[in-house]
Amino acid sequence: MSALTFTLKIRTTQRIDVSALTPEKLQGQSPETTAAILLPSGKHALRVDEVFDIAGDDAGNIVFKNSDGKLDYIGSQMKSGSIIVEGEAGAYLGFQMRSGNITVHGNTGVYAASGMAGGFIHIHGNAGDFLAAAIVGDRKGMKGGTVIVSGNAGDRVGDQMRRGILLIEGNVGSYCASRMLAGTIGVLGTVGDHVGFGMRRGTLLLTKTPEMHATLQDCGTHTLPFLSLMFKSFAQLPGKFAKIGSNRVQRYAGDIANDGKGEILVLQ
Amino acid sequence: MLINGVQIDDTFAEAFNMRGTRVIITAQNLKWAYNAANAMTGFATSVIGCGVEAGIEKELAPEETPDGRPGVAILMFAMGSAVLMKQLETRMGQCILTCPTAAAFSGLEGNDRISLGKNLRFFGDGFQISKQFGGKRYWRVPVMDGEFITEETTGMVRAVGGGNFLVLAESQPQALAACEAAIEAMKKIPNVIMPFPGGVVRSGSKVGSKYKSMFASTNDAFCPTLKGLTRSELSPEIESVMEIVIDGLTDLDIRKATRAGIAAACELGAENGIKRISAGNYGGKLGQFQFHLRDIMSDPALAGI
Repeated sequence: MSALTFTLKIRTTQRIDVSALTPEKLQGQSPETTAAILLPSGKHALRVDEVFDIAGDDAGNIVFKNSDGKLDYIGSQMKSGSIIVEGEAGAYLGFQMRSGNITVHGNTGVYAASGMAGGFIHIHGNAGDFLAAAIVGDRKGMKGGTVIVSGNAGDRVGDQMRRGILLIEGNVGSYCASRMLAGTIGVLGTVGDHVGFGMRRGTLLLTKTPEMHATLQDCGTHTLPFLSLMFKSFAQLPGKFAKIGSNRVQRYAGDIANDGKGEILVLQ
Repeated sequence: MLINGVQIDDTFAEAFNMRGTRVIITAQNLKWAYNAANAMTGFATSVIGCGVEAGIEKELAPEETPDGRPGVAILMFAMGSAVLMKQLETRMGQCILTCPTAAAFSGLEGNDRISLGKNLRFFGDGFQISKQFGGKRYWRVPVMDGEFITEETTGMVRAVGGGNFLVLAESQPQALAACEAAIEAMKKIPNVIMPFPGGVVRSGSKVGSKYKSMFASTNDAFCPTLKGLTRSELSPEIESVMEIVIDGLTDLDIRKATRAGIAAACELGAENGIKRISAGNYGGKLGQFQFHLRDIMSDPALAGI
């Protein structure tokens, strides 16, 4: 069996919702049924075979080739298997994903990993704004699982994130960890303005001291034993976070304007 | 059956179903891991008076522990899950939380989970922080030396308690020397503890007493100074009897430990005053497990332990 491969063959001006193309939804479907699935695109619906060349038969391993940033909801509510995106991914990558793996060899749009509750996402390029954040009307962002971004990420990373591990090897924009509820965010590069704005709980691990607003309070330099546990759990992950050795950090607590149980740890 | 001139009695140890758990204690160094573990397993010789029977199972190298620091594994056994949970919680609170640099982690996998730090976190008075890594939840509780780290739960299993054997010798020093040798050998067996002081108990008991308030009293049949007064089990040359009690996660673990212990005691042999090995039982009516000494000592599957 070879991976079920969807090669994008048209360029649309409208976005295309490919949430129907996940391992568990395509499991056991005949090629004809798969080809006939209708994908919402603006006010129209497009057949899968109008949009993609389809090859392969292993629905547990799905590959999107030649993809562009118009493909939204890749791996939405996914519960098993793996999806590899060779190209760009649109908005809502891994939306409410429960389990399985998504690898993107390119950039992603906004709201990647929003509502994600489990599984693993590796974005080799850059991620857009609202990575792991809550969609409008939702009160929780990412709720579990692990996300690694090899590149940079946009603004509002981890907004209202509730649980899980979000690791960004590059830089991130403004309002990182804003209104964060819990979980762990790591950023190896720089963060923009207003980091930890309204942060309630959770851990933001940084390598450089950012500019901080008044309601983030310095708690001193410490060697924290839990970091050994955390870095040990990172050791199996791909990328740079697996190589962090030190567990000595400067600890800032906040946002004390919002309960103040969050922390920003700056590696020393 | 004779091993090196030592008679192995045709009798059995009677043991009971218990609930057991393992906790991994780590600290900055082994000294402080032992300080914590010794406190936690102190006053835990017998369920009769202590609620639990507990002991240090083994030392752990830094690469064997969850947080990469040196540590020890302790085993704790109780007659029921409620007592075990209660005792674990109080001992964690008084002995591990309090001990500088100490941390506690689950030492048993499985679905039957009991609280390790789950309720202890409230010591943090709202400043406690939960962290989840690799599917496990840990608690960070701010304390005066930094942060106390504990896993939320540990596993609980059905276990076996009360495996035992008696060493009958011509003198007290000889009985003790044999027991010390046995304990040294038994410490190498995983999944077992010998909960009494130094692993050895000298006050074996029988069920019942002449006093109404006592459920158990001295095992007069094995008391050497009562040879002429009671229906004694002891021949004239026996001057001292000591017992080793074993709790283990499975009956096979107890069989292995019994084999290793008796073999080590018998190595001193009759020429060093070790005359007989016997075992304590209640006629086979009370316990769910019987460990027949001669079976264990002749079992080829246990050879080489």
